[in-house]
Amino acid sequence: MLNKLAQRFFKHIDSFLISCLLFTLLVGLFVLYSASGQSFGRVSAQVINISVALSTMWIVANIQPQLLERIAVPIYVLGVLLLIGVALFGDISHGARRWLNLGFTKIQPSEIMRIALPMMLAWFFSKREASPRIRDFIIAALLLAVPVAFIMKQPDLGTGLLVTASGFYILFLAGLSWKFLLGGAVAIGALTPVFWSMLHDYQRRRIEILIDPTQDPLGAGYHTIQATIALGSGGVTGKGWLNGTQSQLDFLPERTTDFIFAVFGEEFGLIGNIILLILFSLIIVRGLVIAGQAQTTFSRLLAGSITLTFFTYGFVNIGMVSGILPVVGVPLPLISYGGTSMVSLFIGFGILMSIQTHKKLVASG
Amino acid sequence: MAYSNELKNHQNELHHFRLRLTVLGFLVLIAFSVLSFRFYFLQINRYDYYQTLAENNRISIVPIAPNRGLITDRNGVVLAHNFFVYTLEVTPSKIADLESTIAELAQLVEINSVDLKRFKKLKAQSHSFESVPIRTHLNEVEAAKFAVNRYRFPGVEIKSRLFRHYPHGKMGAHMVGYIGRINDKDLIKLAENDVLSNYKGSDHIGKSGIEQSYEAELHGTTGFQQVEIDADGKAVRVLSSTAPVSGNNLVLSADIKLQEIAEIAFGERRGALVAIKPSTGEVLAFVSMPTFDPNLFVDGIDVENWKLLNESLDKPLINRPLRGIYPPGSTFKPFTALAGLEAGKRQPPFSISDAGYFMLPNSSHRYRDWKPGGHGNVDMRRAITISCDTFFYGLAIELGIEKLTDFVRHFGFGQKSGIDIAGEVGGLLPTPEWKQRRFKQPWYKGETVIVGIGQGYTLATPMQLAQATAILANKGVAMRPHLVSGITNSKTGVSRVNPTAVNNTILLNDKNLDIVKLGMIDVTLPGGTAASVGANAGYSIAAKTGTAQVIGIKQNEKYNEKLVNERHRDHALFIAYAPAENPTIALAVIVENGGHGGSAAGPIARKVMDYYLLGKLPIVEPPKEIKLSPPAAGSNAADPNPPIENAPEEEHYD
Repeated sequence: MLNKLAQRFFKHIDSFLISCLLFTLLVGLFVLYSASGQSFGRVSAQVINISVALSTMWIVANIQPQLLERIAVPIYVLGVLLLIGVALFGDISHGARRWLNLGFTKIQPSEIMRIALPMMLAWFFSKREASPRIRDFIIAALLLAVPVAFIMKQPDLGTGLLVTASGFYILFLAGLSWKFLLGGAVAIGALTPVFWSMLHDYQRRRIEILIDPTQDPLGAGYHTIQATIALGSGGVTGKGWLNGTQSQLDFLPERTTDFIFAVFGEEFGLIGNIILLILFSLIIVRGLVIAGQAQTTFSRLLAGSITLTFFTYGFVNIGMVSGILPVVGVPLPLISYGGTSMVSLFIGFGILMSIQTHKKLVASG
Repeated sequence: MAYSNELKNHQNELHHFRLRLTVLGFLVLIAFSVLSFRFYFLQINRYDYYQTLAENNRISIVPIAPNRGLITDRNGVVLAHNFFVYTLEVTPSKIADLESTIAELAQLVEINSVDLKRFKKLKAQSHSFESVPIRTHLNEVEAAKFAVNRYRFPGVEIKSRLFRHYPHGKMGAHMVGYIGRINDKDLIKLAENDVLSNYKGSDHIGKSGIEQSYEAELHGTTGFQQVEIDADGKAVRVLSSTAPVSGNNLVLSADIKLQEIAEIAFGERRGALVAIKPSTGEVLAFVSMPTFDPNLFVDGIDVENWKLLNESLDKPLINRPLRGIYPPGSTFKPFTALAGLEAGKRQPPFSISDAGYFMLPNSSHRYRDWKPGGHGNVDMRRAITISCDTFFYGLAIELGIEKLTDFVRHFGFGQKSGIDIAGEVGGLLPTPEWKQRRFKQPWYKGETVIVGIGQGYTLATPMQLAQATAILANKGVAMRPHLVSGITNSKTGVSRVNPTAVNNTILLNDKNLDIVKLGMIDVTLPGGTAASVGANAGYSIAAKTGTAQVIGIKQNEKYNEKLVNERHRDHALFIAYAPAENPTIALAVIVENGGHGGSAAGPIARKVMDYYLLGKLPIVEPPKEIKLSPPAAGSNAADPNPPIENAPEEEHYD
């Protein structure tokens, strides 16, 4: 009886995916405990974040993909309206306008776009009967550009780039022609020097610092320098949990959020890093399998985009902390402290599970 | 047929999709391989290097503050420079018991509560391994005392830091401005402008005057050293170093000698003077009296001095040229005159017979002239010379308020001059729309009458009056007024000229300009309202006197200078340019509660012009220590610049 109840409760939960996620979350809590200077308060706050995120995931997993398809357009429109609201009435903190105060709560509409944009584009391509043409891709690019422009303007470079990536994956998976991709790459390559020559000196300097933060060791470069020292001094086996000297001292900034991977890498070393990459890979592979087995164009595209966006978040964050990518404010998924990003991440996983567990039996042709 | 086609398409689509998914899968593989290689490089290949850095030493990035640029006057006289002082600095991370260390230090050198307060604030803003000053301006004896006892205080050291100094003290303080400690507001602004990292090593920032508005030029670029520090936080080795780049030096268009002559000429009186070179817009002197010592602000002003300055009735901190607003009074008349002439009204030989008052049709109200009984036969030129009110009352009414204000607005009334220091106010040029907006009342004709002679709601800053005079002197070509004439790159020594720019050009008829000019020249000749100012000048002066009421006077009351409280006496105004034929200086002077423009403000202008044009120094008067008036007891009743609430009545003296 109890067994049956449990079975019904977990009917729409993908057991492989949830196992990988829970294990990674657990690792994350241990790292957070160390990174926060052994603060139980921080850890319990994160446990609450995780609980909210998991509950949201459960609810989303129980929604039929068809319903998601139907609400794609309204959610996208709402998201764009909220972004316009932010641009007009948003609260400013740390020099950026990202939050919208609704009176009873504050929301960050760019996080909604992380899910809403891929849903919208997947819906758009699922409505094309024949293979999509160039015209369709142009419309899709516009649907992508509008919210991205608002997010970039806030300014939130990190989220803007990642929302762009999530949209790009849909375009690519929907069959954007190779010629077009190649042409685009060549065009960007050719236009870069022209664009560069049009910039002011100080604008060039900002881009140079973004690409190579060590040029500004008092500002952006400080993070990178300290993070590479922390990582490098971790060695093969790491200094052990709670023993990272760099991370425990005041040297490492943002060490519970964007730079938490430096703490992880210092304390668990190369072995820990590889294990984390393997965990991420398992989650990604499972997501790709779900996408490959999905039955409708909408589910396929959406599952593919969600999975690859997860990958992109992880890659950009780890790349930035280990000093091979520019510093853009992107948290490490499943590990970094934070509520909003955790919830939107698990809405994505909920969608993956919904797609996987709501499949109908059809005759394969 | 159609069905199978669709099915085939579906198959095809799925195949394509999976192919592309595989491509992306490979992308993930490549990306994670790149990361693994990076880990291998950092954690195995370079392990020893980073291990050493992390375990035995720590890397610290030490900012090196740049030298702030110098400010000199047009002749190279230094107005702001930097000098080294000894500071006693504490590195909190190296000290076990901060409290007792400070207590012990206090036995060697004096550390008062202000020092302590500042130290705590700075400490909260810094990393624990950064050194924070606990005492500044150590003298030689104190420095030596500490040096002997240094062994007792690990983590405490003497450093030399650069301090800003204004060698001329009070002179030109409102123009040069001052720097002060960076506060939270400054930090927010710096962050917004994306220059926060350039201020990592800086404690000070421009707060007013040139120091503030040219902050970006003066500050320079912060250098840094990447140093290894040992477990005690001592620097072991410099890994890399980038030298700071000093800020750029500024050359002002002002002449500090001219400034000095003007300030001494003011004596103990309050007021303002702005002198401009009409052909370029260069500001030659910028006087606000009384003034203050900017050196007091550099390291945070103490409470006593602050109280003295802030609460003084004389308001020395107010930048009068830019923020003092005064009714322009009769100095407005040349502009009303030009407005009339350009509109084709009052062209010679037109004249009126002045009986001493003006009346609007259907009204018994008499707008009186300052001279009871009137001036007799008056044409335009003479109207300016003798400052005939009746003449301009009629002209203003005939022009109408719109035409009059539209014309004089081109001379800068009612708008900011755009001078290159901040804080300027725009004055007020009243229009019917403005009055409707401000008071929800219609415009009355009588108000037009008094606007014609610069009374009523009209308000102007000394800067605006000087600029308007300069435009008049430059025959309608308005130059952008500016204090900084050149900027020298401290590294390359290359100077660039702060460009002179034409703000706008007013098309004026030369004939009309000549009439106004001749009228203004006559002002300084026998028979004019400022005849004494022009006596034995050796060059011709075109000028206009003015008087602005501080308190309103009722219709049948008489103004008696002797009976009125000193602070309720009229403000004296004077505008002039010289030499009248080919002007190289235009100026405006206001002496608060000075009485008559010709006798109170005129002589100051004359001394300035004498020095500028002839190099003549005024006869030396024994210097007097200027004392500030004490604060008014518990009231602010006697504000030197009371907002003009009641439109002054028609009567005034000139």
